[in-house]
Amino acid sequence: MTVSKKESTMDRVNKGLAKRYRREKWFRLSGLGAIILSIGFLALLFLSIISNGWTAFQQTEMLLDIHFDAQEFDVDNLSAANYGVLVKDGMRTLFPEVKERRNKRKLYKLVSSGASYILQDMVEQDTTIIGSTQKIWLPADDEVDMFMKGNISREVAENNRRLSDKQISWIDRLAADGRLKKRFNTVFFTAGDSREPELAGIRGAVAGSLFTLAVTLLLSFPMGVATAVYLEEFAPKNRWTDLVEVNINNLAAVPSIVFGLLGLAVFLNFFGLPRSAPLVGGLVLTLMTLPTIIIASRASLKSVPPSIREAALGVGASKMQTITHHILPLAMPGMMTGTIIGMAQALGETAPLLMIGMVAFIVDVPGGVTDPATVLPVQIYLWADSPERAFMERTSAAIMVLLAFLIFMNGIAVFLRRKFERRW
Amino acid sequence: MSPKMFLLILLGLASFVYMQAKRKACSLNVSFRGSSGLHSRPGYYGLLSALWCVVPAVVIFAFWMFFSDSILTSLALKTLPDSLQNLSADQLNLLINNLRNLVAGHVAARDIDPVLQKAAVQYQGMAQISRVALGLVMGIVALLSASIVYSRIRPEMRARNHVERIVRLALVLCSTIAILTTIGIVLSVLFESIRFFQQVPITDFLFGMKWSPQMAMRADQAGSSGSFGAIPVLTGTFMISGIALSVAVPIGLLAAIYLSEYASTRVRAWAKPLMEILAGVPTVVYGFFAALVVAPFIRNSGEAIGLIVSSESALAAGLVMGIMIIPFVSSLSDDVINAVPQAMRDGSYGLGATKSETILNVIIPAALPGIVGGVLLAASRAIGETMIVVMAAGLSANFTANPLQAVTTVTVQIVTLLVGDQEFDSPKTLVAFALGLLLFIVTLILNVVALYVVRRYREEYE
Repeated sequence: MTVSKKESTMDRVNKGLAKRYRREKWFRLSGLGAIILSIGFLALLFLSIISNGWTAFQQTEMLLDIHFDAQEFDVDNLSAANYGVLVKDGMRTLFPEVKERRNKRKLYKLVSSGASYILQDMVEQDTTIIGSTQKIWLPADDEVDMFMKGNISREVAENNRRLSDKQISWIDRLAADGRLKKRFNTVFFTAGDSREPELAGIRGAVAGSLFTLAVTLLLSFPMGVATAVYLEEFAPKNRWTDLVEVNINNLAAVPSIVFGLLGLAVFLNFFGLPRSAPLVGGLVLTLMTLPTIIIASRASLKSVPPSIREAALGVGASKMQTITHHILPLAMPGMMTGTIIGMAQALGETAPLLMIGMVAFIVDVPGGVTDPATVLPVQIYLWADSPERAFMERTSAAIMVLLAFLIFMNGIAVFLRRKFERRW
Repeated sequence: MSPKMFLLILLGLASFVYMQAKRKACSLNVSFRGSSGLHSRPGYYGLLSALWCVVPAVVIFAFWMFFSDSILTSLALKTLPDSLQNLSADQLNLLINNLRNLVAGHVAARDIDPVLQKAAVQYQGMAQISRVALGLVMGIVALLSASIVYSRIRPEMRARNHVERIVRLALVLCSTIAILTTIGIVLSVLFESIRFFQQVPITDFLFGMKWSPQMAMRADQAGSSGSFGAIPVLTGTFMISGIALSVAVPIGLLAAIYLSEYASTRVRAWAKPLMEILAGVPTVVYGFFAALVVAPFIRNSGEAIGLIVSSESALAAGLVMGIMIIPFVSSLSDDVINAVPQAMRDGSYGLGATKSETILNVIIPAALPGIVGGVLLAASRAIGETMIVVMAAGLSANFTANPLQAVTTVTVQIVTLLVGDQEFDSPKTLVAFALGLLLFIVTLILNVVALYVVRRYREEYE
């Protein structure tokens, strides 16, 4: 074999160069693509939630002329009156031609079943309206609401939609008369949970979340900081300290649901604490967020330069005085940042709270840490399971509220970091 | 007076003791040539007295909180007639529950058993006595220990050292919480798991191929034994995690490479926090997203090309879980890639390699152990993830390799078995703890290996 023409190294390099550059370009583009893809996922997530949920901040209401017939009321016992009949009468005066019983029932369904409670509240507030006729805006049923928001289409066959042709014709007439109107949905922010979408709100869940977070913060911040101070400033290097450290690192990666099992077995079954209580939820979330806080606090303590310690010790401060007077104030912003991030995690946590019974259907807004309660993420989970189209919208809206809380908390953390971060 | 009031009173008492002790220390202070005659600053004498006032009383209070209820209940049960006392454990539990409800006033007045009513009255009477006793004991102990310390205040008393010793003890106690938590987790799942394995052999659980725990509820029906074979549940878990990792690892790794090697500082400053947001979104939101957007999309596009796709397909849950763990992979990989020494890059460039060749042939091999560690951590996160699979994956335990079918996971089963009514003697409830034990062990092994690998890798370059 003879080499016909000797190829120089440079030639070989140059021959492959175009291909190598092409490969380089592709590699670089695929890296960029990965980032764009993941940010695209994020955008898709937010867009789908917002496009689904923003309509939930409005609720369709219906103007009815309610005649508070004096015969219906017993002034000493206002709650005994049949307020449902008042609502039905109001509907009947608008549609006097509806006679058949089946159709009447369909007609009554257009107004929310909570309307009678609103009337009861009105009468209890002001008994002088008895005997008069009032024009009152009452919440429409969720199906009417969905129709008004365009989520129930007329084109679908009658059997496949939740509103019959007749009901739609009534709605059209109400709308033409200006008796249907979309208003800001205050119920969503002021009411507890309900089986009826138009009466369901997030206030109970938000209050439960706040109580749970308060318990978590009160327990986890002092304990986390104390542990970090001990490990960073006092602990001798021995087996015990190593064991503690390994434990903390492992706990940070234990699945959250396992903490739920711990809560169920220890706090509920062994100590007999009440089910569904924010107190137990707070205890479980404390154990979960402690590793986060400890790790952040230790990093923050580590970043305080040794010269500060030496100076304090040099002028005669004891070790404890050095820490409480000098090190802790300097490390506090970092510790608080870590704590806020831990709290944000705790706020979004769902799985362990399912285990300790915070998943029950609870209508009342909790008033303390031992009342049965649910939290915002669990409320989202419960609503996401409901079949009504209107609950889907409210789920998205509740998610928007939750995300707003999280963004706010993380914003504070970022602000603290920017403001107090020091390079020594 | 409620027990909570006791604590408030105690706090008031402590601040009073603090003031008094501080004043006494000040009055004892005889300065000598401008320097204080006290060993410690006066506040420390106050603090020491206040601590001795509060701590013993609070310890007593804590003991009372934990034990009073069970002691009172057993005392109240003693008053019941013998026929009721010799019930089986279940019935006794029921009785105790009734008693508790009665005491708390949850029962309508008409259906009360007079015997139980008597016991409840007895309970309430004793509870009243025990509350008064608690208040008295707490008060006496607080005053006594505080006055002993107060009477011992001398200028040469080493108050600061005492206070610091107490604070240090508190710090040590706090640091044991982490260990106590681990012990608590292990014991709680282990204890219930052992009870489960007494009823169902461990080999049936680990190697059984059929999972249908729901049937175990009805003892008198055919097939009542239920089957607790964990294999289909485990394969479902691994399939969904596998899908998640095959989404997250390429995307996360490429993103990390781009961010650390190619991106300008401005792009980096924007893209990195944006990607971190993906990790901060609550998992219940991902679950809703999976059920609302991704699963219907996959089903529709699958049907468009003629495939049968379950509406709770493993693919949808895995895909969304993959999106969730992208930031775990990318931020950990970013760290390890940045830790590769610059000299190795320069050497490769010096030989004429392009950037991508340097990355693929030099940096990735050098960073591989760290990347593997990061992937293992992400895998443990995926296996333990709950809400996405609860909302988007199925309940039926299919033993299948088809990602378009519905499968179930360990976490889904734990949630479905433990949410709602529980019987702590039925295998149906206890198996959830056995699954929890399995989950804990698997994720623990993954974490330990990952942390070990990452630490070894760090040591290599530091």
